[in-house]
Amino acid sequence: MADHYHLLLWCVPLLPLIAGGIIALLPNRRGRIASKLAIGALSISCLLALGALVCVLTPGKVHVPAPLTWFTFGDVTLKVGLMLDPLSAGMAAMVTFVALWIFIYSVGYMEKEPRFGRFFGFLSLFCGAMLMVVLSNSLLLLFMAWELVGLASYLLIGFYFEKPSAAAAAQKAFITTRVGDMAFFLGMIWLYGHSGTLLFYDGGNGLLESGALSSLAGATAIGGLTVSAAASLLLLIGAMGKSGQVPLHTWLPDAMEGPTPVSALIHAATMVAAGVFLVARTHQIFSLGGDAGIALTATAWVGSITALYAALVAMAQYDIKRILAYSTVSQLGFMMIALGTGGVAAAMFHLIAHAFFKALLFLSAGSVIHGCHEEQDIRKMGGLRKAMPKTFLAYAIGMMALSGFPFVFSGFWSKEGILHSAEFWPGGKGPFLIAACAALLTAFYMTRQALLVFFGESRSPETHPHESPSVMIVPLFVLAAGAVLLSIIGTPFWPWFEKWIHGETAVFHAGAFGEHGAIGLLLLSLVIVTLGVGASVAVYRNGLAGSETPDPLSGKLGGLWRFLENAMGFDTLYQKAIINPLAFFAGGIDMLERMVFVPLMGLAEGLIKGCGRITRASDEAGLNQGFDGICDGLRERADSISRSQTGRAQGYLRTIGLGVSVLLVLYFWLSAG
Amino acid sequence: MTPLSLMLTLSSVLFALGLLAVLTRRNAILVLVGIELMLNAANLNFIAFWAFDSPTAHNAVEPALSGPMFVMFSIAIAAAEAAVGLAIILMVFRHTRSTDLNKLDSLHG
Repeated sequence: MADHYHLLLWCVPLLPLIAGGIIALLPNRRGRIASKLAIGALSISCLLALGALVCVLTPGKVHVPAPLTWFTFGDVTLKVGLMLDPLSAGMAAMVTFVALWIFIYSVGYMEKEPRFGRFFGFLSLFCGAMLMVVLSNSLLLLFMAWELVGLASYLLIGFYFEKPSAAAAAQKAFITTRVGDMAFFLGMIWLYGHSGTLLFYDGGNGLLESGALSSLAGATAIGGLTVSAAASLLLLIGAMGKSGQVPLHTWLPDAMEGPTPVSALIHAATMVAAGVFLVARTHQIFSLGGDAGIALTATAWVGSITALYAALVAMAQYDIKRILAYSTVSQLGFMMIALGTGGVAAAMFHLIAHAFFKALLFLSAGSVIHGCHEEQDIRKMGGLRKAMPKTFLAYAIGMMALSGFPFVFSGFWSKEGILHSAEFWPGGKGPFLIAACAALLTAFYMTRQALLVFFGESRSPETHPHESPSVMIVPLFVLAAGAVLLSIIGTPFWPWFEKWIHGETAVFHAGAFGEHGAIGLLLLSLVIVTLGVGASVAVYRNGLAGSETPDPLSGKLGGLWRFLENAMGFDTLYQKAIINPLAFFAGGIDMLERMVFVPLMGLAEGLIKGCGRITRASDEAGLNQGFDGICDGLRERADSISRSQTGRAQGYLRTIGLGVSVLLVLYFWLSAG
Repeated sequence: MTPLSLMLTLSSVLFALGLLAVLTRRNAILVLVGIELMLNAANLNFIAFWAFDSPTAHNAVEPALSGPMFVMFSIAIAAAEAAVGLAIILMVFRHTRSTDLNKLDSLHG
């Protein structure tokens, strides 16, 4: 690859980063320029990323430019670089494309926001960092960009930092992902210690190339684990933090405190995908232990638990964005299942399709919230189909894609791919069955949301919802088109995407149905969707009677419903098990300080003050009084002299008169003599 | 006693009375009156010397008017001086509510 291509590749992440830096220096009132700058930089990045995608469109083509030397320390040289393979090119194209439309949508959504420019600065920073994550050829560079993504996420979740809940959510996201990042960091150090490199591909010496892989698989760490398995588990924990997997998922629903475009960009389409991407990128290390090795088994089960858990919780939520947040958690679980069961291509296809339709859903939800005057409770909506027909259409496409409506929606094929890879996993049928259940629940809760928001009659007649401006509607339809058209490259008849990721050429193959029980799986998917939607329609056909009416299921499920509504008590558990003991410990330290250190300090203070007093007394008695005495004497003399100046003009005149008389007498006396 | 020496004696007495007033009175207006007395004693001298001792007084063909001219100027200046002096006293009175010169000693040491 020629050098100028290499430079252009660097431009993809650097342009938004530079735009973000420039925006940070702009005064806040120049918000309009900031949005133009951010959108301009990102559209150039998008064009470059699409160009890069074309460069690697031929199957089996991977570009790894020579890495740059970052620094040399003794005889250790640390190198960083970018790379271009189907995985990173596909991700970069998806991130820039989806983000570009979200940027454009934000111009409309954030129109009245006083910190408009700042918002676009943060978005640019985020996009640049995310592009660095996907294009990086070095685990270290990936980690640095990963942390930048976390920072941007923190800033954007806490964008309305005047709201205490938003500030708390930002801190929660930052600290929770930090737990995962710590594990990621340890895993990275471990890998470096064994292989001496953090580059993925380096002409045969890279981490993901045969030499390093075999040494990793051969070395044994503690408890019979190989180094590769142990490091993979650590990387998995990092990915769990970023991708909101149970038990590190609690920050993601709270992150909905940020503005809705942020929810769409970060917490649905791209950032949370970073964890999945990390596992996909280092999949060679994960799979060293075999298809059902401990690392992959852990990945599959973490994904299964998350997918089912989040789908159950999503059933019992009332906040329109929270439902989507839990559905994101659940879909990320699906991707983890696919990764764990060996379906890297299926996971990436679901990731990209999910980015499109989940961004679409969030932006539609944002349009609904915008139109309903910042109302987020689905109990207070209803009947919006008539007031917001365009938003309804876009939302319906996103909802059907997420639920997996058959044949024309990308979500159907991507979910089918995941089920396919889970079904033939040698590690057991558990993930497959759980994924099927979660898919059914997905169809159920998405239909529930659509019915409660858009159908029936309005449950808040006093509000007058309005359709959003076209700057917000156009991105919806672009993303909707993407959510539908992506299905072309992911069907079993022409599995172009899957083959491309694995570096093979796809052939159109109409007989693919007959193989590996594919037809059975297709039927199963159909049954799942029909069941989920049917059950939901049966329960929520009539909507709710009023905005205060409880959900029809809550009466039947009773305590179980409340358990689900509270997200199975994870937050309470963390509050009791982690935060309260820590707060108690901190309180103890505080008491210790008050009882012991403060008196000690008081004693020391008293001693020092006493010394000071003695010094001062000697100073005053010795030095000051002597000097002052001289000064006082001088002043007294001066005073007594100046007292003759009475200030009375007549007195002066008298003196003059006296003097003149004396002189006259003297004159006459002398002249007479 | 010649008329001239009588006049000079009168003007000396006037001058001495004026000086006495200036040096001893505590009321600023009376001090101003004393100053007027002293000025007028001087004016009397001008007129006395012009009337009884000038060369033109003896051959009155073309009498020189130098004496009255000086006196006219002197009176005009005295009037101006009295106006300024009274204005100052008025301002001082407004400021201190008093015309007692012994109290106006803010320039003392």
